[in-house]
Amino acid sequence: MGLPLQIRAFREGRIVTWNLERLHRESEGLHATFMEVCGTHTMAIFRHGLRRVMPENLRLVSGPGCPVCVTPNGTIDRAIALCRIPGVVIATFGDMVRVPGSSSSLELEQTRGARVRVVYSPLDAVKMAEAQPGAQVVFLGVGFETTAPTVAAAILEARKRGLRNFSVLVAHKTMPQAMRALVASGDVALDGFLCPGHVSTIIGSEPYRFLAEEFGKACVIAGFEPLDIVEAIWMLVKQVKQGRPRVEIQYRRAVRPEGNPKALETLHRVFEPCDAEWRGLGWIPGSGLRLREEFREFDAEHRFPLEVEPPRQQAGCRCGDVLKGTVEPEACPLFAKVCTPETPVGPCMVSSEGTCAAVFRYGRSE
Amino acid sequence: MCLGVPMKVLAIEGEWAVVEVGGVRKEANVQFIEDLRVGEYVIVHAGFAIQKVDPAQAEETIGLYGAYGLPTED
Ligand code: SF4
Repeated sequence: MGLPLQIRAFREGRIVTWNLERLHRESEGLHATFMEVCGTHTMAIFRHGLRRVMPENLRLVSGPGCPVCVTPNGTIDRAIALCRIPGVVIATFGDMVRVPGSSSSLELEQTRGARVRVVYSPLDAVKMAEAQPGAQVVFLGVGFETTAPTVAAAILEARKRGLRNFSVLVAHKTMPQAMRALVASGDVALDGFLCPGHVSTIIGSEPYRFLAEEFGKACVIAGFEPLDIVEAIWMLVKQVKQGRPRVEIQYRRAVRPEGNPKALETLHRVFEPCDAEWRGLGWIPGSGLRLREEFREFDAEHRFPLEVEPPRQQAGCRCGDVLKGTVEPEACPLFAKVCTPETPVGPCMVSSEGTCAAVFRYGRSE
Repeated sequence: MCLGVPMKVLAIEGEWAVVEVGGVRKEANVQFIEDLRVGEYVIVHAGFAIQKVDPAQAEETIGLYGAYGLPTED
């Protein structure tokens, strides 16, 4: 498979089976609900059919971990309004292109002549701006703590190159504050969290500590292979049984307790915390990032002051509840009927990390 | 957006490295990684290496299973 030996072993059937058996033994008699708050975990859990092999008394629910999905219509509408300005080129990660806003999508605008380009890295958008001095390149800054440092680095690079035609529509969000809002709302009764693996490579384990100490939730930072996820759930079960909630790292090969200090430094140099709106969860204090004053010139909202249409929700779409973990995709009347990956109504069906897309592709959620 | 597969570092020049997985080669910006060496593995996200993968930790996890007489390679 071309994967390093150690990683292949994380998929090795017998090891996973042995782990599953251990999990079944350990969780006997325990009823618990755990949430994964990372879209890549959601996808891995469905792809490998892990919900179906869980002990009956353990419930896994998916949370607000897909960055495209939690981006509210207001942000998408603003991106659409920006792409209609003559001379503007929108550069974005692929998933954003097909997400429906209140009355259009970037894809639809593209067919009407707007310039929308998919990039792999925010640095590609910087290069694009340098290569097209006549255009105004706007990058859509969507994503959690894993992505925010890469966008911060791109902004620093644009400043270094003296570019006046590069800006970012900043819609970055930070995970721990959303997890606080989720548990504080009490909408879904949780015993613990499968904490996001790659967000944690950047932020480390400390930012989750309040979940254990203030709210008594078990927390395990997990990797993305079947073995990682099964082992992490076993660790969660043990914490709940011992009545000793804390933050543990299962994904030790990539997550250090202190995270990645260099990436964090870059992130904090360019961004500062702000309140942010999440689809489904509403406004959450301190859960977003905005550019610091000295980088205001790279703020697309500042550079292009615009009237944006008032956001409207897609009728019938239950993405908001899916993101909170209060309903499964099948409970949405549009699921697989009107709303499919070919004709998505909501972002949870568009994104490769969305729960609706995962269930559509790999089968039922229970 | 986050591909979790570690990529092997084949060459480093300044802030940039050539990384490879499954025969596919890419360029990755490595400004966030301290003391990176050729032959090490990194996790790449949006064109940036975001963390080094510690093979000793990976082996430790797998090694635990070796202790139960389970195979640890194909
Ligand atoms: S199935 Fe489609 S319409 Fe229903 S919640 Fe999911 S994305 Fe929204």
